[in-house]
Amino acid sequence: MNELILARWQFGITTVYHFLFVPLTLGLSILVAIMETIYVRTGNETYKKMAKFWGKLFLINFAMGVVTGIVQEFQFGMNWSEYSRFVGDIFGAPLAVEALAAFFLESTFIGLWIFGWDRLSKKLHAITIWLVAFATNLSAFWILTANSFMQNPVGYVLKNNRAEMTDFFALLSNPHVWYQFPHTVLSGFCTAAFFVMGISAYHLIRKNHPDFFTKSFKIALTFGIISVILVAGIGHAQGQYLTEAQPMKMAAAEALWESADPAPLALVAAIDQDNQTNTFSLEIPGLLSFLTYNQFKGEVLGIKEIQAQYEATYGPGNYIPPVAPVFWSFRLMVGAGILMILLAFYGLYAVKTGKLSSQTFYLKIMLLAIALPYLANISGWMVAEIGRQPWIVQGLMTVEAGISPNVSAGALLTTLVGFTLIYGVLAVVDLYLLGKYAKLGPEEVPWEKRIQPKGEVSLWT
Amino acid sequence: MDLNVLWFVLVTILFIGFFFLEGFDYGVGILLPFLGKNDTERRMIINSIGPFWDGNEVWMLTAGGAMFAAFPNWYATMFSGFYLALFLMLAALIVRGVAFEFRSKDPKPTWRKAWDWAIFGGSFIPALLWGVAITNLLQGLPIGVNMEYTGTFWTLLSPYTLVGGLTGLLFFILHGAIFLTLKIQGPLKERAHRVALKANGIAIPSLLLLVILSYFKTDLFTKMGAGLALIIAAITLISTYGLLRSGKFGLAFFTSGLNIVFATLAIFWGLFPRVMVSSLNPDWNLTIYNASSSPYTLKVMTIVALTLVPVVLAYQAWTYWVFRKRITGDQHLEY
Repeated sequence: MNELILARWQFGITTVYHFLFVPLTLGLSILVAIMETIYVRTGNETYKKMAKFWGKLFLINFAMGVVTGIVQEFQFGMNWSEYSRFVGDIFGAPLAVEALAAFFLESTFIGLWIFGWDRLSKKLHAITIWLVAFATNLSAFWILTANSFMQNPVGYVLKNNRAEMTDFFALLSNPHVWYQFPHTVLSGFCTAAFFVMGISAYHLIRKNHPDFFTKSFKIALTFGIISVILVAGIGHAQGQYLTEAQPMKMAAAEALWESADPAPLALVAAIDQDNQTNTFSLEIPGLLSFLTYNQFKGEVLGIKEIQAQYEATYGPGNYIPPVAPVFWSFRLMVGAGILMILLAFYGLYAVKTGKLSSQTFYLKIMLLAIALPYLANISGWMVAEIGRQPWIVQGLMTVEAGISPNVSAGALLTTLVGFTLIYGVLAVVDLYLLGKYAKLGPEEVPWEKRIQPKGEVSLWT
Repeated sequence: MDLNVLWFVLVTILFIGFFFLEGFDYGVGILLPFLGKNDTERRMIINSIGPFWDGNEVWMLTAGGAMFAAFPNWYATMFSGFYLALFLMLAALIVRGVAFEFRSKDPKPTWRKAWDWAIFGGSFIPALLWGVAITNLLQGLPIGVNMEYTGTFWTLLSPYTLVGGLTGLLFFILHGAIFLTLKIQGPLKERAHRVALKANGIAIPSLLLLVILSYFKTDLFTKMGAGLALIIAAITLISTYGLLRSGKFGLAFFTSGLNIVFATLAIFWGLFPRVMVSSLNPDWNLTIYNASSSPYTLKVMTIVALTLVPVVLAYQAWTYWVFRKRITGDQHLEY
């Protein structure tokens, strides 16, 4: 049991940490590509500076995403060897394709982009960043295809004590991934949009390069407003889909213990997991039915009834995930999303009326709002992954059965502490660098001169 | 040739590509603090691999992904068995990767010094561990009836595997030093040349020792192909020394690369058709058959791999062409 808890914490920490960097990469690669494309089209040097300035922040973040991603590929085998044996026939394939199709493309062309400013033609150079943007988002598709198999296994047969693939195209057309993939990448786009708007706001408040940062803000706002609306729409559709595909997850997300018709939506609830009830809740009658079926009636299954169904299907056991974390994460995600929509629309109003740079209060809020998409991203994954418990593959294998049997608690603790320490130190370093280069702005002084150390630096002094 | 064999060949090719390519950037990383006498020189060294290291590292990720997809039991046994060793390697690769990006983004000498050592350690540890790892596959490990590794971290360290690790390390240092002679101008080039000769000088006896130990500790020489590959590796390593002496760096890089290719080939050929040898019972070996995915998955993956690998090779080769120019101290350096 001890090993299980340690392995879970390790997966949780390393994966959440990895996903602090991924969404920004997904979106900012596209924003930088857009900026550079405008530069190539118009020849306006401002947009080249823009691509370089945001590109620098992109690279600092990108490096963290890359190195923490290596751990992701290794830890299935390290901590979850039984899981790897059980699903490797299916789960390994998208991971291998991800490396072959996406990682190679991304890593090679990011090198060309960083080092190729003077060696490639303008057009070709802009194409390299588009390829990076394409590759990072393609990478998301493959890893989410793998994850979707865990949420909604398709295209397999149980044979030779494992799940074997019978239909690769069923994996690719898994309905789960076609909700999860757009949801995830669009969240990444929102993350980048709010990142660019927030940092632009910081400079606009201080009247630094107002033209440069107003332009940046507008590009990000356009990108962000489209993304945030789409992500809300797709999220809503995904919720309806999950009510059928993973009813337990959605029931937990709503803390709905008893089936109800029409089902109310609990805005807040005091959840008593042991007694399977809410000691207090503030409800809107019929709203959950409406969200589920687009009408104020229709039965939504409660946790208890689903538990009874699962016991009938899978045998005795506790199939209820920890309800409170799923319930509150869900509210955090939706809440952050609603705030983002409001802020984006206010931004649109401010830009349209030409009052953006004088809206100091709004700009200050936008700086803080950089945190909102991060909150939504992480809490969204909490709903997806905690809500899947106790399954590692829905209906096929429990998390408990997936762990490496030969890895001791001591070894797990060593790596858990080790990764946490390294990640902690790197978080400080990364924030320091992001802060430093974000504040610096698009300075005219060549980068070379600014950072050249005074005098010679010897390694031995 | 059945698909299990084909996938063993593909995994072997991925490891060969990985050691050939990332081999030199590990070597460059290891040499960084010793060859670069001032900040500009150290930046030149880092920039020589700047556009390439990330793409090279993906060869390893792809090898790992291919093992997972084609031989899930190999992936599961090896990754859970080599647990702490892999943790060390991951820790090294994490700090190494960010070090390239972060190092020159702040002028403080302590900052740069710290990242230089991170690049050194981050290159040294995996360069050493990979040799240890693949010789362990061949020598045999305590793998039980249920394919589970029953040893500890210390089980992985034996005279044979340590010589394997050391030999690999020296190959990579040599390969990296020759790479620098090709990419860099000025006094640095001379220094890299001298280091290459030194590393080559130690690598020869180290490889000979590995050959002798392979004879006693493994069944590598029962396979003619594997034995032959190992002998070719030794010949190319010795010719590299001759070529370095006469200053033919391009050819030396080629033969040093061949040395890595044939040494890796020898180990994997020796393994075949096993993927991990059990020291407890030959019946408990992991093979390309009992460790593999289903025929269907292998077929799908074959189509994917045969489509994508040529494309990858083409654009990676193109990158090396784009950045073929030597690096000098007076140009703009990104890293």
